[in-house]
Amino acid sequence: MALNKQKSAAEAVAALRDGMTIGIGGWGPRRKPMALVREILRSPLKDLTVVSYGGPDVGMLCAAGKVKKLIFAFVTMDAIPLEPYYRKARESGAIAVEEYDEGMFEWGLRAAGMRMSFLPTRVGLATDVLAKNPQLKTIASPYADGEVYVAMPALKLDAALIHVNEADRLGNTLVRGHDTFFDHLYARAADHVIVSSEVVHEKLELDADTAKLNPFERYLVHSVVHAPGGAHPTYLGPNYGWDMEHLKRYNASASEEGGWAKYVEEFVSGGEVAYQTQIGGAERLAKLKLPVF
Amino acid sequence: MSDLAPATLAELMIVASSEAWRDNGEVLASGITTIPRLGASLAKMTHSPELLMTDSESYLVSEPVPLGPRGDYKPKYEGYMSFERVFECVWGGKRHAMIGPTQIDRWGQTNLSAVGPDYAKPKSAVLGVRGLPGNSICHINSLFVPNHGPRVFVAGEVDMVSGVGYKPERWGPGMKQDYVDLRLIVTDLCVLDFGGPDHAIRVKSLHPGVSFEQVQAATGFPLLQAPDLGETPLPTAEQLAIIRKLDPHNLRGMVLKNDPPALRAAA
Repeated sequence: MALNKQKSAAEAVAALRDGMTIGIGGWGPRRKPMALVREILRSPLKDLTVVSYGGPDVGMLCAAGKVKKLIFAFVTMDAIPLEPYYRKARESGAIAVEEYDEGMFEWGLRAAGMRMSFLPTRVGLATDVLAKNPQLKTIASPYADGEVYVAMPALKLDAALIHVNEADRLGNTLVRGHDTFFDHLYARAADHVIVSSEVVHEKLELDADTAKLNPFERYLVHSVVHAPGGAHPTYLGPNYGWDMEHLKRYNASASEEGGWAKYVEEFVSGGEVAYQTQIGGAERLAKLKLPVF
Repeated sequence: MSDLAPATLAELMIVASSEAWRDNGEVLASGITTIPRLGASLAKMTHSPELLMTDSESYLVSEPVPLGPRGDYKPKYEGYMSFERVFECVWGGKRHAMIGPTQIDRWGQTNLSAVGPDYAKPKSAVLGVRGLPGNSICHINSLFVPNHGPRVFVAGEVDMVSGVGYKPERWGPGMKQDYVDLRLIVTDLCVLDFGGPDHAIRVKSLHPGVSFEQVQAATGFPLLQAPDLGETPLPTAEQLAIIRKLDPHNLRGMVLKNDPPALRAAA
């Protein structure tokens, strides 16, 4: 097959445009497509609407002033519960927000993937999620029960960024961690999917048990980027744990004068190869123990 | 008993928390953060073995997993519970979660999102509403407060209602309130429930050495006293032994400032 979706991170990110709505897979500090996020940090992209179960991906994009609006349910780094740059952006009023319950958020992605305008749910009723999102409407059941639900609107994405353990050039993917989170829904909700992967094969040839680790179909995938260590500093099971030392340093940078600029200078500006060298390379990744919850 | 150090307040709160899960039947017990998690674990190890629990990542386990580095301990997996399945469990109502919100009001509404009068520019951005809207409207919930004070138990309504409660004005016609079921609030001063008229919050038991007046002074709204208001029981030797086995690194000792003893006079 002549199909070859492999691109460099820069080529893949070049398909994104200012003002786009971009979904970012993973969950908090777990399996985030950080190499792609770093590529966005290096790009001139701006005015993004970011849709994420947020972790340092959201924090870094906020710190770099890339975010116009955040669609989210939380932003956290788990062991460091409060994400410092998200908080700064939020508390200074620098970003607009659309805040949903975690499950409403899932419902929104699902609706988009199913090409529905909304899905009904009880979740969100009687909370300020409705009050703070005046665009949200309720809908009454057309059946005898007449129950009133929130009509959770589709969270349609212009693009989704997803990091996986393995992929091939055709866009087939494998996620080997304990939980695939909601990445399949991001992929279905998006017009354009960029996958980064620790390993990129010419062509995956799998046994049936391994094939079960494929979270979504290759027809959803537009670009495949080879990005070893591409989830660092977040947790990519079973390859490596989150890098607490790095996350602490990142966290501390938020309370230093010019801390973000220093972080960018040290870790981001030089490109991904330099980043991986800077954090200690494959040797360092191999030493990052998987988190115990 | 002589080989055991006297119970700490954290341990007393773990035992009090475990009571929340008594007679719940076969539901997923989710105790979020150290003390609620140990409470759920203790419940499963003692009075309610039918509870389901996870390893706090993505698997169901038949025995609560000890906290922190596990050494040789191998989790006893009995099933799978990814986040996607947790949501399905939530919507189906087969769960009892205990979490620690930033603010709680007299109606049992909770806030984990943002503190301050201006939502667009909050004084303090916390985590986000997370799963509170869904949890609170779908299944049983209890709350945990390690620092009982008027900043948590606010005088008015919480700043950003994340979890629903019993405030009638919030519930429009046709909205189903039937599944809202708030049970206990375990704090460092007392245990409260929602057993008053129209689910008003009552003090159910006071921790040793704490007075009702002290609790009231630390709460931004008027409290009721349960008719059978008593003292929160101290952990038994059996409970202490289980807690200490489940938390070999004493993470529970880091939750409360200076890790006070359960019997304050003994300090």
